[in-house]
Amino acid sequence: MAKKELEILLKATKISKSFGDFVANQNIDISIAKGQIHALLGENGAGKSTLVKIFYGVLQPDSGLIEINNQKVSITSPNVARKNGIGMVFQHFSLFPALTVAENILIALDKKIKFNKVVNEITKLSKEWELFVDPLKLVSELSVGEKQRVEIIRCLMQNPSLLIMDEPTSVLTPQEIKNLFKILKRLASSGCSILYISHKLEEIIELADEVTILKSGKSIASINAKKTTTNFLAETMVGKKITELKKAIKSKSKKIAFEVKNLDKLKDHEFGISLTNINLQVNYGEILGVAGIAGNGQVELMEILSGEINCEDNDQILLDKIPIGTTNINERRKLGIETIPEERTFHATVPNLTLSENTFLTYFFKYSNTKSWITNLLNNPQNSLDESKKIIKNNDVRCPETNPLASQLSGGNLQKFILGRSLANNPKVAIFSQPTWGVDIGAATAIRQKLLDLSQSGKAVILISQDLEEIFELSNKICVINEGVLSEIFDVREITATDVGLLMGGKNRENQQMEPIK
Amino acid sequence: MITFIPRDKVSKNWIIIAPILSIVFTIFFGLLIFTFLGYNPLETLYQIFVSPFSRIDRISDILVKACPLIIIGTGLMLCFKSNVWNIGAEGQFIMGALLAGFIALSFPNIETKFFLLITISAGFVGGALWAFIPAILKTKLNVNEILVSLMLVYVAMLFIDFIVRGPLRDPMSFGFPLSKPYPEGALINKIPFPGIGFLGQLHYGILFVFLLVPVAWIFVNKTLGGFKINVLGSAPQAAKFAGFKRNSIIITVLLLSGGLAGVAGVIEVSANIGQLQPEVSFGYGFTAIIVAFLGRLSPVGILFAGIIIATVKLGADNAQMTMGIPKVVTGLFEGILLFFLLTGETLQKYKIKWSEGK
Repeated sequence: MAKKELEILLKATKISKSFGDFVANQNIDISIAKGQIHALLGENGAGKSTLVKIFYGVLQPDSGLIEINNQKVSITSPNVARKNGIGMVFQHFSLFPALTVAENILIALDKKIKFNKVVNEITKLSKEWELFVDPLKLVSELSVGEKQRVEIIRCLMQNPSLLIMDEPTSVLTPQEIKNLFKILKRLASSGCSILYISHKLEEIIELADEVTILKSGKSIASINAKKTTTNFLAETMVGKKITELKKAIKSKSKKIAFEVKNLDKLKDHEFGISLTNINLQVNYGEILGVAGIAGNGQVELMEILSGEINCEDNDQILLDKIPIGTTNINERRKLGIETIPEERTFHATVPNLTLSENTFLTYFFKYSNTKSWITNLLNNPQNSLDESKKIIKNNDVRCPETNPLASQLSGGNLQKFILGRSLANNPKVAIFSQPTWGVDIGAATAIRQKLLDLSQSGKAVILISQDLEEIFELSNKICVINEGVLSEIFDVREITATDVGLLMGGKNRENQQMEPIK
Repeated sequence: MITFIPRDKVSKNWIIIAPILSIVFTIFFGLLIFTFLGYNPLETLYQIFVSPFSRIDRISDILVKACPLIIIGTGLMLCFKSNVWNIGAEGQFIMGALLAGFIALSFPNIETKFFLLITISAGFVGGALWAFIPAILKTKLNVNEILVSLMLVYVAMLFIDFIVRGPLRDPMSFGFPLSKPYPEGALINKIPFPGIGFLGQLHYGILFVFLLVPVAWIFVNKTLGGFKINVLGSAPQAAKFAGFKRNSIIITVLLLSGGLAGVAGVIEVSANIGQLQPEVSFGYGFTAIIVAFLGRLSPVGILFAGIIIATVKLGADNAQMTMGIPKVVTGLFEGILLFFLLTGETLQKYKIKWSEGK
């Protein structure tokens, strides 16, 4: 890597972009040198994605100048971006599961090439860059890491001079991340610049040469990543000191709250995951973290735990030692089990209904058998309005109007509402899936604190999360789900992130002599 | 490339202006087309838009024509709101009429009008049973309800044809495919107005519409059932999360809409025809799909949409009778009207952005 006299590949000056009243990017300046790994750091909603979508031609800037190799360009579409040597790997892969790797790459190419030639090319590239994939395998059979490699190969086929990667590690195990970094560093040293988007600080320090920090749509600093610390980056990114969580010292109770025994569930569609012999238990006053990469059966597990889908056998789920496997979701709510699914809109809430109606969604069961039959038949807006007002007030949900549509709330505020709605039922057992996913750091901290408070007040909590840091920060006990199989449960003090990473990737722990706790 | 961007707020003024603009555009293009085809454009427009309102008996005919459209459209609304695509109301209409007809013809001497309660219920059951087929296939075997309900229309058409040519044919019909006339107890009478007499074909069946619309409004907006339908239609996962049973909602809406289409069939035959014949529907079941959407899937909207569509249909008949304008031309005009009404509605909610690229 050249130290001085860096040749600039892409230079953007005063890029601005608004959506209606919302300013996503405001006068952003950034310049990326040839062969440089340039990180783009910022909280959710800081404008990172908007900026790279402008570079890749998905969005058009309202104003500003983009130069590539000192020549002004206007990137009107991803096609134009690719012609200018820009490739991008999106956070959510755009691959067809029913096609093979080679077919997926073939349909994305701008040039017309024969199928056999594509296969050869893929084999060559995957050897050259150690991006091992079988070009004739179906994409649906690939692991997440392999899918990402396919996306990278797809970009490399175009001989890019700049590769944009949008949060590439959010779906990978620590081991896969290590591999990816090796490849990216090799790519950079061969002269391909990399624009790397992330909000994970350690990664950036490990990988990047330079880092540009975005905050509320503005570029507030460009610093040498080799000469900075995570603390400095964090404070610059958030703009204030992050409040520390108050964690419980230890779990006191030994009373089992919630148990799953020998649960099997066949997948109900082709791309689902079958659950195999799931066993778990959680005590009162305890948080059990379920780690795992997305798409390994978390959704299916959640459906069974919540009661959206019933168990075949009533004894497969126990609450306070009483079998409840065949009860439905509302019966479980009455018994004091509250769940929050991963999808915030369309699953936990209906976006085009108001907050009071969304309160009614999980609250109406309270009316059953409490009033006359006619009340049970009615949609009861007044009570749910009162209830929703309480939830909004108690959980600091910031609303644009008194009773807004769910779609009018930001992700963090909506999640605070969803959490508050669950807690309003005063649950004994709370099962939450990805509660802070895609939420800004302020709301995430508030949500995590609520979970800790909940366990400290003697409730049992199961936290399903892809965020390893979050799992380690909150949980008393940890297990890992991989391809529908749940690992043993470990005490948080007896397991390292590396071990969890191995389990996430489907391998056994390196250190076998450690005893799982009972 | 054209992209539609949702508007932040739908302007109150445009809710009124858009339909008026749509009509202005329709009239403009209508004038162009009629002139181009060599018809007197103003005369044609008069026949289509004004003549249905020109006499009180003609106004009552609009109501008569709108009656089945509104009843079927209200049922379809429940399906469409829950994202269930019942395209077979035409078949359910026929089967309702047929089952009611079978019962009516089994009691040839009955005179009491209370008998109508039985035939109308039979119509509901007939239509509901016909809709139960796609319902059960969808919920048990995941078969697409669009195909099943649509294909059952043709089965129903051929079935009634077979019945009136075979088992139920009147021996006195001189070989025509007609059943015996209904007994007095199974007929819906015209409404006599004191001092005026009858107003066109206006019959007591219209009362059912005025009962149905408020009931449907309350059901959709004020009850848990309506809420369930709404949630299932806009977010099926959320319906699961709320513990609503998807399959029973799907079966319920299909039974209700099939039943209502069947009732419309009974009313149509008992009030306007008085016996079974091969053709009882004239496409009401299909037109009602347009009525449901034009009424924005709301009971009150469907009431007005039914009246608008009925007006244009009658106006087209008038234009054909007085000026000899073929049905296809007036059909074209109906198409233009629908196009602009739906465009106006879309543009209220979305703005259009043109951008370069493929």
